[in-house]
Parts: sequence; C-alpha cells; structure tokens
Amino acid sequence: MAERGARARRLPRAGTLIRFAAFAVLVLFLAMPESFAPVFAPLTTNGAPAIYDRAPLIDLTLAHLGTVAVASLAATVVAVGLAVGVTRPAGADFLPLSRSIVNIGQTFPPVAVLALAVPLFGFGERPTLFALFLYGLLPIFENTLTGLTRLPPAVLDAADGMGMTARQRLLKVELPLALPVILEGVKISTVIGLSTATIGSTVAAKGLGEVIIAGLLSGNMAFVVQGGLVVATLAVLLYDSLGALERRVARRTGRRTG
Amino acid sequence: MALAIDRLGAVTAALAAGAIALLPFATFRANRIVAGDPVAVWAALPPAAGLGVAAAVLALAAVALMRTPPAVRLAAAVAGLVLLLVAVGLAATHLTPEGDRYARVAPAAGFWTGLFAFALMLADAVVRLRLGPLARIGGLAAAAAVFAGLFALRVFADLSIVREYGVRAEVFRREALAHMTLALGSLALAMAVGIPAGVLIARKAGLRAPVLNLLNMVQTIPSIALFGMLIAPLGWIAATVPGASAVGIAGIGMAPAFVALFLYSLLPMVANTFVGITGVSRTVVDAADGMGMTRRQRLMAVELPLALPVILTGVRIVLVQNIGLATIAALIGGGGLGVFVFLGIGQTAPDLILLGAVPTVALAFAAAVVLDALVALTGKAPP
Repeated sequence: MAERGARARRLPRAGTLIRFAAFAVLVLFLAMPESFAPVFAPLTTNGAPAIYDRAPLIDLTLAHLGTVAVASLAATVVAVGLAVGVTRPAGADFLPLSRSIVNIGQTFPPVAVLALAVPLFGFGERPTLFALFLYGLLPIFENTLTGLTRLPPAVLDAADGMGMTARQRLLKVELPLALPVILEGVKISTVIGLSTATIGSTVAAKGLGEVIIAGLLSGNMAFVVQGGLVVATLAVLLYDSLGALERRVARRTGRRTG
Repeated sequence: MALAIDRLGAVTAALAAGAIALLPFATFRANRIVAGDPVAVWAALPPAAGLGVAAAVLALAAVALMRTPPAVRLAAAVAGLVLLLVAVGLAATHLTPEGDRYARVAPAAGFWTGLFAFALMLADAVVRLRLGPLARIGGLAAAAAVFAGLFALRVFADLSIVREYGVRAEVFRREALAHMTLALGSLALAMAVGIPAGVLIARKAGLRAPVLNLLNMVQTIPSIALFGMLIAPLGWIAATVPGASAVGIAGIGMAPAFVALFLYSLLPMVANTFVGITGVSRTVVDAADGMGMTRRQRLMAVELPLALPVILTGVRIVLVQNIGLATIAALIGGGGLGVFVFLGIGQTAPDLILLGAVPTVALAFAAAVVLDALVALTGKAPP
C-alpha cells in the first residue's frame, strides 16, 4: 500500500481526474442508462435489450449501497466494541481466543455464510445483511486489535502520568491514535461487502447482483458487463475515498498506516 | 487446585448448557420441503440416552467452567464434539420411522450452538497448549479419521444431509473433484505465473506500480461478474482458435471459472513474492554477492528460501479464497460444490445447501490449518 501512496503523491492530478471522470460516467449511466444502449448493444444477441429493464439501475444501486452501508456500520460498531473489550484488563482472558476465532472465521467462504443464513432467515435482504455483517466483522476487528495493541508504550505512560482515567485514555488517546488502522479495516470490509452483496441476489436480495444473474440466466452478456462494471467502479471509488479519509486522519494523528 | 472459575470457560459452559437445555436439538420433517418440528435432546433419543447425553454435556461444560489444565480442557472439548456428533446421528435414526424414506431429521440450533461452544473450547485449549505445527496437522488428521470412522459405521446414515448425499453420491464425488480441480489447478497456475512475476517486479521498480495496480483492479470486479464476463472471450477462443475446444476451452463450464480464479489468485501470489523478496535483509544479499554467487544462484539459494514463509502465506490466502470462490462456478455451469448450494437455494431445501456448504467450509478450514502449519515450519511466522 506504500506503493499506492507514493504514486498518488507523485501524480495527484491525473489520479484525481480519472476518479472524477469515473464518478461522472457512473452518475450519468445511472441517471440515463438508455443513452448508453449503443455501447452495450454489441454484447447482446437476437435483439435482447442492451440495458437492464426489469428495475431502474439507480434503484438497484441505491439498494445495493444501502445493504452494504447498514451491514458495514453494524459490523464496525460491534467489531470495535469487541476489540476494545478484549484489550481492557477485564477482557484480557478473551484476547488469545478472539485472535484465533478471527483466523478461523476468515476461512468461512462468503457464499457458504450466505447459504447457511438462508435456512435461518428465509429469503431476501435479511440473510444478505447477516452474511455481510458477519463477514465484515473480521477485518475491522483484526485491524482495531492491531491498532490498539501496537500503540507506543511511552504515549500510554504519558496519558497515565497526566492522571487520565482508563476511560479518558481510551477515548482521547488510544482510539484516536488507532483510528487510521481501524479505518483501513472498515475500508477492506466495505469493499469486500460490496462484492459479496452481488451474491445476495441469488437469495432474492435487491441489488446489482440481480442484473448480473439475469444476464447469466438469459445469456445476455450486456447485463453481466454493466452490472459488473457498476459494482467494480463503486468498489474502486469507495476504496479510494475511504483511503483518502484514512490518510487525512493519519496525517492529523501524525502516524502512518501500514 | 482451588475451585476457581475460568472466565472464558464460563461463556463456553453457558453456551453449551443453554444449547442443550433450551434449544431444539434436531428438526423432524415429514419430507424434505415442509417446515419442521423442533425436538429437544431428551425427546430425540430414547429417554435414558437422551438424559445421558444432556448430563454428559453439562458435565463437560463444568470442566470448561472450572479452572482446569489445558490438556483436560482439550480432552473435554473433543469428547463434547464427538458426543454431539454421535448423538445427532442416533437421534436421526431414533426419530425416523422404520422404513420411511421421506422423513428428514436435520440438526437444529441446539446442536449447532453446542458444536460451536465445544469448538470454541477446543480452539481455546489449542491456543493455551501452544500446539506446534506438526501437532496441529496431526490433530486435523485425527479429526478426519474419527469423522470418517463414524461415517463408515453409518452413525450419520439417517441424517438429512447424508440422505441428500445418498441420493446423489456419484454426482457429489464428481462435483467435489471438480471443486478441488478448480481450486488447486488455478492455484498451481497462479504460482507458476505469480512467483516469477513477483521476482520480476522486485527487480524492476518501474513495473511495480502498473502490475500491482492492475491486479488490484481485478480484485474489485465482483466474482459473479468476472466469471460471467469471461464466457464471451473464451467462447470466442473456442470457436476461432483451432484445437482450443479440444483441450477443454469453452465459453461456459469450467474454463471461465478456472481463468477467473486464476486472475483473483494473481495478486496475493505476486504481492507476497514481491514483499518476501524485498524483505530479505540487505546484508544477506551482500554476503551472497560477496561469496561470488550469480544472480540466479542468489535467487534460488538465498532469496527464495528466505522469502518462502511470506510466499506460503500468499498460497494460504489464495487456496482458502479459491475453495470459497469455486462455489460461484456453479452459476456458470462450471460445477463444483456450489452446484448443491444453488440447487438447494432454488429448491428451498436447506439439507441440500448444507451438502454443498459444509464440505466447502471443511475444505477451506483444513487448507488453512495445513498451510498455517507449513508457514510456521518454514520459518518465523510473518507479522
């Protein structure tokens, strides 16, 4: 990631320009998809529609983003809470095990988590939300743990020396200093969630996966490509903007993220 | 030893005890589609056996609750897991009316929660014992052997998931093989291409950013879309390049799935090789040069061996990820265990979903344990 940072500093204008262009094209496409029909027409056969027409793309995009946002927000709150818990003296007994659970949890494939959630929650948004939440927990928890356990001991001693209570130290020193690393976890989790949410459409959740799957079922490559491109563009833009936020926070706290 | 309470154990004990006392142990359904009736553990087994299982689970929970030596906890956790597995198998046999081929008995929330509690206890004991890599692999092999033994003894024969398997054992073998071919084959190809590419970008700084950025971009394409998008180009190749279709390249089926998994695998392989090679300390490289090694000798005898743990970490990431992603191949006719998952979703048959999902999770978990052990064996675990 250091590589990416160095490159961004060297070519700030070109990178920003490309991102703005991508964003503009995405907004334009979602606002008036029909005007892009000639672009996708070569990918269709037998006069099939070039643009997904069973639901407005903008609605699907917003539903998709909404699902990811709700799941990521819930995952962030719970994961940061858990990580703070196991790094306090009262929760120290749980620290080693929580690490190994995270390690094991990451071996669970997203499709399996989603599929196993269906018998529990039925079809629709709920299994998708649950799977995204569960899958989103791990990167955030891991990063928060890293952020909180690798703080310079001198800083913590200074906080104690100033007579801060444990609560003040957590809120004013530990969490702010760990924030860039936590945000990186949120970034990873959100981008994975964006991609995983497309699989949610196999269990009838509303989202952009619907477009891709409709394309696969009817052999319409135009649907597959436009669904995939929208999700991929969203992922890149989200990754970059969360990365920018992370760098800004890191500069403020004077620490570098990994 | 004083009777003291283990705080972590209290959580697992409460989970195990609550699961067995309050939650249904199994679900009985007259056929595979209808809604099921929950059955508690004492009703799911002959009365004496049911109460015996409940009492045994409570006793094992007590071992977790008290401060006991890690080895004892390990034994108790293993005993709990085996007990629950055997009990659920016997419950299925007990609940299924004689000769009824349509009734389905599936494990219910109580079983899964209890399994989770003892798995937690097992993981905790393994952490406390600081088991070495070889012991972990040994444990995994023992677990597989015990499971295979129980299966061979037909303990699980009446469980719904095994019934689903029984109807399609042939297909299951074929799809499991296809799944492994997809996951391992694309890994092998990604290693063959990714490791040299990683070495190359470690040498040529100018190539670094473009290669890594391109591979990063591939990762952002959602898996279903990438699988789908490859159908068109591969179909074109199959139709135009002579001999391509003879070697199995086709628009739909395994080929696009294989290529998609390969593309996703490249980033971890290239990036980890690059990080591993550039992480070799300068003094070691200088020493190798001082000994008069050629660049090739230095790479083969010094840099790659020292980078091996980091490269193996990349292999672990790729293999676990591929085993999971290979389930998506079913959506484009590529086969694999995802066939059962999506068939089950389509038919709202949870047992069929489990038949695809449980082996996938088990494979991914086994791959992670084995490769973690290999990483630990080849050197200090990377940070």
